[in-house]
Amino acid sequence: MVHKGLRITQGTFSYLPDFTDEETKAQIQYGIDNGWAPSVEFTDDPHPRNVYWEMWGMPMFDLKDAAGAMYEVKRCREAFPNSYIRVSLYNSKLTKQTTALQFLVNRPAYEPGFRLDRQESTDRIVRYTLHAYATDRPQGERYQSPSAPEGRDA
Amino acid sequence: MPEDPPVRPSLGPGTRIVDRPQLFGAAEVEALELDDDAVIGAQELVRDARIDEVLDRLDAELVALKDVKTRIREIAALLVVDRLRRSVGLVSESPTLHMCFTGNPGAGKTTVAMRMGEILYRLGYVRKGHLVSVTRDDLVGQYVGHTAPKTTEVLKRAMGGVLFIDEAYHIYRVDNERDYGQEAVEMLLQVMENQRQDLVVIMAGYKKEMDRFFSDVPGLSSRIAHHIDFPDYSIEELMQIASMMVDRQRYRLGPDAAKAFEEYLAKRMTQPRFANGRSVRNALDRVRMRQAIRIYEGAGRGRQLTKKDLVTLEAEDILKSRVFDGGAYPTP
Repeated sequence: MVHKGLRITQGTFSYLPDFTDEETKAQIQYGIDNGWAPSVEFTDDPHPRNVYWEMWGMPMFDLKDAAGAMYEVKRCREAFPNSYIRVSLYNSKLTKQTTALQFLVNRPAYEPGFRLDRQESTDRIVRYTLHAYATDRPQGERYQSPSAPEGRDA
Repeated sequence: MPEDPPVRPSLGPGTRIVDRPQLFGAAEVEALELDDDAVIGAQELVRDARIDEVLDRLDAELVALKDVKTRIREIAALLVVDRLRRSVGLVSESPTLHMCFTGNPGAGKTTVAMRMGEILYRLGYVRKGHLVSVTRDDLVGQYVGHTAPKTTEVLKRAMGGVLFIDEAYHIYRVDNERDYGQEAVEMLLQVMENQRQDLVVIMAGYKKEMDRFFSDVPGLSSRIAHHIDFPDYSIEELMQIASMMVDRQRYRLGPDAAKAFEEYLAKRMTQPRFANGRSVRNALDRVRMRQAIRIYEGAGRGRQLTKKDLVTLEAEDILKSRVFDGGAYPTP
């Protein structure tokens, strides 16, 4: 079997085809209209347990229109075209105070996926863990190739 | 081994992926085939936008300012016609609406700018219609690298509405080369040009200083499509403003009070530091104070009060002003 890479699903909407800018903007506007604050974050570690991503600027608490958030999304894409970028919409209402909606707005051109590691322990116990191929390289150097390597069409 | 997960999962039949916004909807493409003589339902559109209502309110609430009102009327008409043109499939670029208001103190620049957000929202030019009012402090930072995030923050906040920069000429000081204003101006220029559909920038300031500002920053003046000058008010117009202010605060001018106030204005206008509408407002505030002390002292002497006493500004309240003894404001 030839490994073909793995399209990461994370947050809302990630089983859908990637959004256009218009669609992204409409989703952010929906959040703003609900009183949620958008923020932009990015990372190059695709592990599902990696929850704290790098912040791209401060959360935008006083926006009225999604154009301001889109401006930051675009700037983040320019700076990190080969990273995962997500928009979080934070509900600051008392008793909620949590992320209300979060979705990816950018992903690397080629996502190599994960390998399964087995660790043998005492008493025939086997522990399993996921290892992202991307993290074999140091931070900032992952996902550098603009497209999939030869023979591995994404 | 299960199949590899599909790289781009599809939603199945019937899903349409729009890669870029379409130029026209289906209905508009159909409308393209209209004859040149086809009749277009303009009345409905004009009525639906309730533009007349906005313009009438502007007429009623702002005294004089003919140039400003004409310009707003023109902009309104252009935006309506643009919408009509779009409905028959004629594409035209959305006009630039950045504005610059110049005029003497108290001429109404800020008041009109505050209205602009709502007007442009009603006309469908901006999406939200809120107004973000800033001055130099909100845009320009204190140290290297502080300005860009500050300006970006303000611009993002204003998107979908109107950014109002009061005393805009303060942003950039040409005589101080270590001033960070230049950076703010550059970002402003860039967004004014590239994100015209996202926000409208209105600058306001005194005529002389703004002219100097525009000559210091090449390219700024030409990016502002509408330069509107606010003339000084005549004494009749000031009296109209005064009576509107009195009405709005639920006061009444007693007999002879209107005449006394007109005399007051005639004297005050010849003195230095006269600030049009703002001077009227300040004068009325002082008149109210004199009325209050008169009522207070009268009540202390056991005089009966009626509701009429509380709402009436008498001529004597006005005539007590220092302007009438030639004090306070030395004439040059």
